[in-house]
Amino acid sequence: MFIRQRSNKAFLLMLLTLLSLRSYAEGGIIEVCSTCPIQSIKTAIEQADEGDEIRIHSGTYREGTIVVNKSLVLTGLDYPILDGEGAYEILTVTAANVTIQGLHLHNTGNSYLEDRAALRIKRQKNFTIRNNRLTNTFFGIYLEKAGNGIVEGNQIIGLAENEMSSGNAIHAWHCRKIAVKNNLVIGHRDGIYFEFVDSSQVIDNRSERNLRYGLHFMFSNYDSYSCNEFWDNGAGVAVMFSKFIEMTENLFIQNWGRSSYGLLLKEIYDATILDNQFLENTIGINIEGSTRINYLGNRFVRNGWAVKMAGGCLNNNFHQNNFIANTLDLVVSSKINNNSFDGNYWSEYSGYDLNYDGIGDVPYRPVKLFAYILDQTPESIVLLRSLFIDLLNFSEKVSPVFTPADVLDHQPKIDILP
Amino acid sequence: MIQIQNLHKSFGPLQVLKGVNLDFPATASGASGITAILGPNGSGKTTLIKCILGMVIPSEGEIFVKDQRVKGNWSYRHNIGYLPQIARFPENLSVQELLDFIQDLRGTGGQPEPLIQRFGLEPFLTKRLGHLSGGTRQKVNLVLAFMYDCPLLILDEPTAGLDPVALIQLKALLKEEKAKGKHILITTHIMDFVEDMADEIVFLLEGNIHFRGRPDFLKKQYQSRKLENAIACLLQKMPAPSGGGVAILED
Amino acid sequence: MFKIFKYSFFDLMRSRWSLIYAAFYFLFTIGLLWLSNDLSKVVISLMNVILILCPLIATMFGVMYYYNSREFVELLLAQPIRRSAIFWGQYFGLAASLSLSLVIGLGVPFAMYGIFQSAEIFNFSILILNGILLSFIFSGVAFFIALRNEQKIRGFGLAIVAWLFFAVIYDGLLLLALMYFRDYPLERLAIGASLFNPIDLSRILILLKLDISALMGYTGAVFQKFMGTGIGMFLSLSVLLLWIVVPGWAIRWVADRKDF
Repeated sequence: MFIRQRSNKAFLLMLLTLLSLRSYAEGGIIEVCSTCPIQSIKTAIEQADEGDEIRIHSGTYREGTIVVNKSLVLTGLDYPILDGEGAYEILTVTAANVTIQGLHLHNTGNSYLEDRAALRIKRQKNFTIRNNRLTNTFFGIYLEKAGNGIVEGNQIIGLAENEMSSGNAIHAWHCRKIAVKNNLVIGHRDGIYFEFVDSSQVIDNRSERNLRYGLHFMFSNYDSYSCNEFWDNGAGVAVMFSKFIEMTENLFIQNWGRSSYGLLLKEIYDATILDNQFLENTIGINIEGSTRINYLGNRFVRNGWAVKMAGGCLNNNFHQNNFIANTLDLVVSSKINNNSFDGNYWSEYSGYDLNYDGIGDVPYRPVKLFAYILDQTPESIVLLRSLFIDLLNFSEKVSPVFTPADVLDHQPKIDILP
Repeated sequence: MIQIQNLHKSFGPLQVLKGVNLDFPATASGASGITAILGPNGSGKTTLIKCILGMVIPSEGEIFVKDQRVKGNWSYRHNIGYLPQIARFPENLSVQELLDFIQDLRGTGGQPEPLIQRFGLEPFLTKRLGHLSGGTRQKVNLVLAFMYDCPLLILDEPTAGLDPVALIQLKALLKEEKAKGKHILITTHIMDFVEDMADEIVFLLEGNIHFRGRPDFLKKQYQSRKLENAIACLLQKMPAPSGGGVAILED
Repeated sequence: MFKIFKYSFFDLMRSRWSLIYAAFYFLFTIGLLWLSNDLSKVVISLMNVILILCPLIATMFGVMYYYNSREFVELLLAQPIRRSAIFWGQYFGLAASLSLSLVIGLGVPFAMYGIFQSAEIFNFSILILNGILLSFIFSGVAFFIALRNEQKIRGFGLAIVAWLFFAVIYDGLLLLALMYFRDYPLERLAIGASLFNPIDLSRILILLKLDISALMGYTGAVFQKFMGTGIGMFLSLSVLLLWIVVPGWAIRWVADRKDF
């Protein structure tokens, strides 16, 4: 008891010392408000020293583009509105060690020429963008050749109407070691866009109603995303031309539409897709030309097509996944198959297990003839689940003619995997 | 009571009735109470009856029952009690439920109880109709036909399946009904029954009325003691004694 | 009509067949619920069974009931009631008793399982609704066929052919047509053709709930409009109701002109 109290006291003391050190090191505080001596953020930045904190009180600030060219902390109190008046990029950071928090950035207007963003980090490291609100912006947060930064707890809500005239909520280009955490991104072209971004993480974000992708990787390697939720986007997540991406515990839900996927994989290598949930997407995972991918412990529930695999896919291994009540479990377009589908649970499996080892005694054939018919004549979707189609599927199952004979689960599970 | 004018009926190429004219006057005076409609198989007896009941729609001609046109009408059937040839009822209803059902349909005024007593049906009231014997079903059938006080009764083979006791009761019942001034049309193959009961015979042959008159006249005509024989003669000696296609003989 | 309906209904509800029919659904549903730990899978299996069985049983029972009650109908015809009242009463009595068997056979196990607390309740009610509609439609069609054919064998044969046509052959022909003309825009044909087959219609009605994710994958605009909005649901339901009205009207038309 006594010892614990002592250690508590010691801890507090240490904390206080640290805090005082910090405030000493980072210098002074500059207040900005309509009744303060300094009423403009630009003026405050001019007058500030490196390491100062600028506290911006609530109000609306119309100052065009504000360039943050010193290592400063910009803190909004009660979400002051920085208005771009439909014509300006609002904040451009050209210094390292900048923190921007608690601001409300509003109305940048569209500019296709300059990819106008509400907040741009330009070639800098060690930035923190935290708990801001962005509304009606073209691009939201634009990370340009930045690194070692955190984008956390921001709400970025746009009103994108078509792909051509909209930008991305969080856009990262040529970045390293950034973390995108706990943001809410709604109504842009892509929710989160990574191009040439390596060794970065995307965690706990919610991305919904974006026109193209909830999260988009291009030419990015060694990244991971986990525990995110992708709801009603054009496609949940697209991973293209990338290597060593880890995807864990994400939720892909109700991404509906003509070419809509929970997850789109295109020309990627060496990825792990672990413990994700795909619920009610038109296509759960669409795979094109991807190699050495492991799919483990994912749940596919009530998707139109749980997995659709085009040609050129090698060494895709599906193990211990649950396929439950999907319209079609699997479509494999290529004739050659060296992918493996063993040891999954398929709710359509109707085999038996005489030795009670939990593994069905006859292999499951996840590709149905109807999937091929549907590919040829999409209108035949109106015949889905009809007796006639069931009869066709059954006869094909008995003696495969059109469907690849070697796409089989040799060890189908009898019970749903936990 | 019933006027039938120029009644034609054909089923496809088959002409069953070829211009039947029949008139049963509305008053009991001079008219006979019980009319037996006779004729060989296929002569159109049943079709004629069904035309009166509105079950068969005439190809040509008109029928009036109590001055109401039969065609396109259904309320005139309040005046008719009908006993169908085959007694088959919903198998899972009890006798009582069936009686309730018909009374539900026809409205108040039905008096099944005396008839139930008469035919000894009390023990069967709660039994399902599917479990009854043919004779018992026929008794139920009779109850249904007689329980309303209708001025016209149409009975299609009423004696089928009845035991002698029930037959005697039926005859008594018919006599009572006749005494009330009712018109009763009967088709049957049992000539003894006709001889016993009928006041008048309408003999159909090939869709026409071949003979209409009193049974004893017919017997006299052919000098036979039994009606059966007279009918047989009538059939063999066609065309009929008077020579016409239709012979209406009165005494 | 209501009086006839009432007695037909009571008569049929007490028949052995209604009991067997209800017991079949009951045991089947219990079995499915017991074997499968996934409620949506059970709903899909039941859908397949209902889409086949309801029309088949309704057709068979319809024809059988008509021929079995023919003599009794003669008695009824001699009563002071309309002809249409007799046949409508019997038809609705039959359809209602079949529907009740279905509702009991399916509903009791699901109620025991606790469907009313489950999210599947909506899919389940769509399922039941479809079963009821199909029972009505096909007993109507069966009555119509039986009324048109005095010969039992012919009536039974035609009824089976009718069922087979709607359950299997129609879809086969439609698929052939779709594949043969696949270079043309076909979505109107595909949807239009489905409207003429009550089994297809109720199947689509269920698909709209169960497989909406897949349906949304189709590219056509008409399709999107049909599937994606309430229009599909509304149109399917109204055409299904039309499938009850038209045979019902046809029954009356034939009955009014028929000789018994």
